[in-house]
Amino acid sequence: MPQVKVLTEFFDVPDSHKIDVWEKHGGYQAIRKVLKSMTPDEVIEEVKRSKLRGLGGAGFPTGVKWGFVPKDSEKPKYLVVNADEGEPGTFKDRHVIMNIPHSLLEGMMIASYAIGAHVAYIYIRGEYVHPARRLEEAIAEAKAKGYLGKGIFGTDYDLEVYIHRGAGAYICGEETALLNSLEGKKGWPRLKPPFPATVGAFQSPTVVNNVETLSYVPHIIARGADWFASLSEGTERCGGTRIFSVSGHVKRPGVYEAPLHTTLREIVYDFAGGIRGDKKLKAVIPGGSSCPVLKADEIDVRMCFDDLAKAGTMAGSGGVIVMDEDTCMFDTLRNIIHFYAHESCGQCTPCRQGTGWLVRIFDRIAEGRGMPGDVDNILEIAQNIMGRTICPLGDAAAMPVISFVTKFREEFEYHVREGRCDLEDRKQRVAMAS
Amino acid sequence: MSVEFSEKALEQLRELLGHYPDRQAAVIPALHLAQEEFGYITQEVEDYVAKLLEIPATDVHQVFTFYTMFRDRPVGKYHIKVCESVACHIMGSTNVLDYLRKKLGIDVGQTTPDGRFTLTTVECLGACEMAPMMQVNDDFYGPLDEKKLDEILESLE
Ligand SMILES: Cc1cc2nc3c(=O)[nH]c(=O)nc-3n(C[C@H](O)[C@H](O)[C@H](O)COP(=O)(O)O)c2cc1C
Ligand code: SF4
Ligand code: FES
Repeated sequence: MPQVKVLTEFFDVPDSHKIDVWEKHGGYQAIRKVLKSMTPDEVIEEVKRSKLRGLGGAGFPTGVKWGFVPKDSEKPKYLVVNADEGEPGTFKDRHVIMNIPHSLLEGMMIASYAIGAHVAYIYIRGEYVHPARRLEEAIAEAKAKGYLGKGIFGTDYDLEVYIHRGAGAYICGEETALLNSLEGKKGWPRLKPPFPATVGAFQSPTVVNNVETLSYVPHIIARGADWFASLSEGTERCGGTRIFSVSGHVKRPGVYEAPLHTTLREIVYDFAGGIRGDKKLKAVIPGGSSCPVLKADEIDVRMCFDDLAKAGTMAGSGGVIVMDEDTCMFDTLRNIIHFYAHESCGQCTPCRQGTGWLVRIFDRIAEGRGMPGDVDNILEIAQNIMGRTICPLGDAAAMPVISFVTKFREEFEYHVREGRCDLEDRKQRVAMAS
Repeated sequence: MSVEFSEKALEQLRELLGHYPDRQAAVIPALHLAQEEFGYITQEVEDYVAKLLEIPATDVHQVFTFYTMFRDRPVGKYHIKVCESVACHIMGSTNVLDYLRKKLGIDVGQTTPDGRFTLTTVECLGACEMAPMMQVNDDFYGPLDEKKLDEILESLE
């Protein structure tokens, strides 16, 4: 299975982050074409036909989202780039920003033109100090050439791009929390509707898109929607490639770009080199820590949004976390639930209380004080969070719990019953036998 | 201590205010600036930022308390943040933390008596391919083991 590269191809080009190098490889031609010969509607249609889906987590068709922005609004419109990248297991946006910041900027120019925005923000997590600097440099380079600011590329279209640094809060990756944070407030998610397309940043129509999503846009315009859509074969509702972040017990953790018909097995074994120490695979989380886990025998699934949904999980942010046979599922899930409890903003009772109860039960079991009925209790608490919250973080906490406990139930029962990990016991048994 | 931005910081703030349609939006950038200027954020600093932005001090305080990167006390010359989220956890972040505790002789949340190192834990830093990893000031390091940690600590004078 070969890798098909659209974005990562440029990662190997020396100094690919510099504007001159980017232009030598065809950069800033797509935006020129757009400004010279396409109407905003034509751009939106092209992106729709490309079957580009949002790569930040929810997978919403990008062109369709842009089409929701009202044309007749008196208010200014905004494009906001989500560079918060906080979902455990996800790191591809960092690589995109460091290697090809101009692909993102050009995508932002095209998207802004399509929705009629003259100001665009990049909301980047505060810990990304170097990536934020890289973006600042790229913006300065583009400004110096007249590609940003008043009358870009010699047209009468104005566009300013500003960087807004976050300050440490996973929840600000959720788009409405992000907008509150951009406005200088606590990062509390908003009730939807209204959706950001009508009431977003500063009460104005806003599109929020992920870094990687926007970075594909210049390539789609330059090479055509049909070319992009056809990169993924036999996937009806999604096209192109995406960058998978692969971490955990593999030989070669890193970023791998591939079409969406690629299977999870190919990503783990062909791209990432298989399991470290040639151990057996136990489980994989396919799209960042909030996605339901898959067992070793469930990885012959294609990585397209629809097939992963059919398999009972999600494509999410493309963060593939690989666990070998020596991984304790109880301990791993305990870590995940601590994360979501810590990151819950506390607005909704089911999320705040539910994650808190789960933490206390998991900690008690870890201390060897499990009680009969704990496993069923855990499942019930998780099920009671599902669908009862303002934002999807509640579900994000519940889904891994339900999938881990259902698929590896015996391991959880063992921890409750015996007050220790059966892996330790198993290792001892092996040692005695040999 | 008198709390006042340097001329450079004031210049940066004026530039930042031009990025947004209202002044409150500049709170997070202004707190970042304040933390760079003063090292940490006291009540006085919060009040000063509120005055600069012409917004209520309670609005600044709410933001200050919500975000984990803002701190109310000084940190050491090197602020070590060990990632404890799932990808780092399954790759051995607990060992990294134990080793650093032992080697630095401090617990999580503490600073060495010579003021050189502060040790804290953080959630996923978006660098899981480097797991187990940590951030020291602006830089990411990983994958970490005891040897690598020794080398890194030695390289930081
Ligand atoms: C709790 C939570 C955290 C999220 N974190 C991120 C993130 O870090 N980066 C991101 O791009 N999207 C994140 N999302 C998804 C965004 O809400 C939004 O769907 C996305 O930015 C839209 O861009 P896209 O359509 O290009 O994917 C998160 C969603 C939730 C519910
Ligand atoms: S689901 Fe959780 S994180 Fe989301 S708004 Fe409710 S309490 Fe906050
Ligand atoms: S889990 Fe540690 S950097 Fe992502």
